[in-house]
Amino acid sequence: MSFFDRLLGKKNSADNAKERLQLVLIHDRTDLTPAELDSLKDDLIATISRHVEIDAQSMRIGVQHDGRSQRLVADIPLKTTRRRARRSK
Amino acid sequence: MPAQVITITSGKGGVGKTTAVANLAVGLALEGAKVVCIDGDIGLRNLDVILGLENRIVYDIVDVIEGRCRLKQAMIRDKKLPELYLIPAAQTRDKNAVSPSDMNRLIKDLRNDYDFVLIDSPAGIERGFKNAIAAADRVLVITNPEISAVRDADRVIGILEAEEKGPGALIINRLNPALVKNHNMLSAEDVLDLLAVELVGVVPEDENVIISSNRGAPVAFDAKSRAGQAFRNIAKRLRGETVPFLDLDHTGGLWQQFQRLTGRK
Repeated sequence: MSFFDRLLGKKNSADNAKERLQLVLIHDRTDLTPAELDSLKDDLIATISRHVEIDAQSMRIGVQHDGRSQRLVADIPLKTTRRRARRSK
Repeated sequence: MPAQVITITSGKGGVGKTTAVANLAVGLALEGAKVVCIDGDIGLRNLDVILGLENRIVYDIVDVIEGRCRLKQAMIRDKKLPELYLIPAAQTRDKNAVSPSDMNRLIKDLRNDYDFVLIDSPAGIERGFKNAIAAADRVLVITNPEISAVRDADRVIGILEAEEKGPGALIINRLNPALVKNHNMLSAEDVLDLLAVELVGVVPEDENVIISSNRGAPVAFDAKSRAGQAFRNIAKRLRGETVPFLDLDHTGGLWQQFQRLTGRK
């Protein structure tokens, strides 16, 4: 990788390979496609929304790996009661 | 002590399974161990040519399993190392000629008389692979620092865990230190980070591997070759010795070293 590539912010190919592998291995290991993950996300939003109001726009869900084991990690921001109260006015 | 049965597999073809089996067998035999290596790639045998024993084959593994010869008759003694034997694959049959229980029976007969039985698995994850891992005490997964080979290695490691043959240990083969240095090849650390298994060795890319396979004398016989050194070190680790990993950074000519000194690389 040349100085100019770096100047242009071009990533070196080993980093490319590693990032692509990280994604592909998660899907290979869990048998979970990005589309399935999206539909899981929709189901989660529907279920959780029945109990508490959430900020569905900024909810994030993904698979993280810890050694050879995977975990499903969801970050679900809740809407505060204050905001809810204001909106109900 | 009964033999340790070790299978070398990879998922992807062409990453160096057969080369690794031949060189680990030579490395172990050079250390004084009694070694039998078995070519598990029925229909596509190659361990015989890598070891330079192709002209001595009379019987093969399928002849043993189907009772046409005794086990000893199919074992070919190496030209240089009297404690190293090869059981060749059949060339005109397919993988279905052998079953996992056939392999278990065959290896049971070898366990008491040898220190190591090395099995060369075919590529893929089907019958031939299942045969190759059936009797294994330990499975070594070999890969290259290359995207498709690492992906396939991960699949194989997953299957080994599911079959309770895991976790498997890793050999990274054909690593090019100059490419790694330029960040144009995954480093050994990157591969380990992705696969999260134990590492038993890193073998650098080395043209001597091709030269020695042309001659039918595995590179582990070559005292000067870096790949040969790496394979001999892995053989020692398989015997339970602690051997530090090769420092693969010190490659390249004077110019590269000069560039390193002046901080240009």
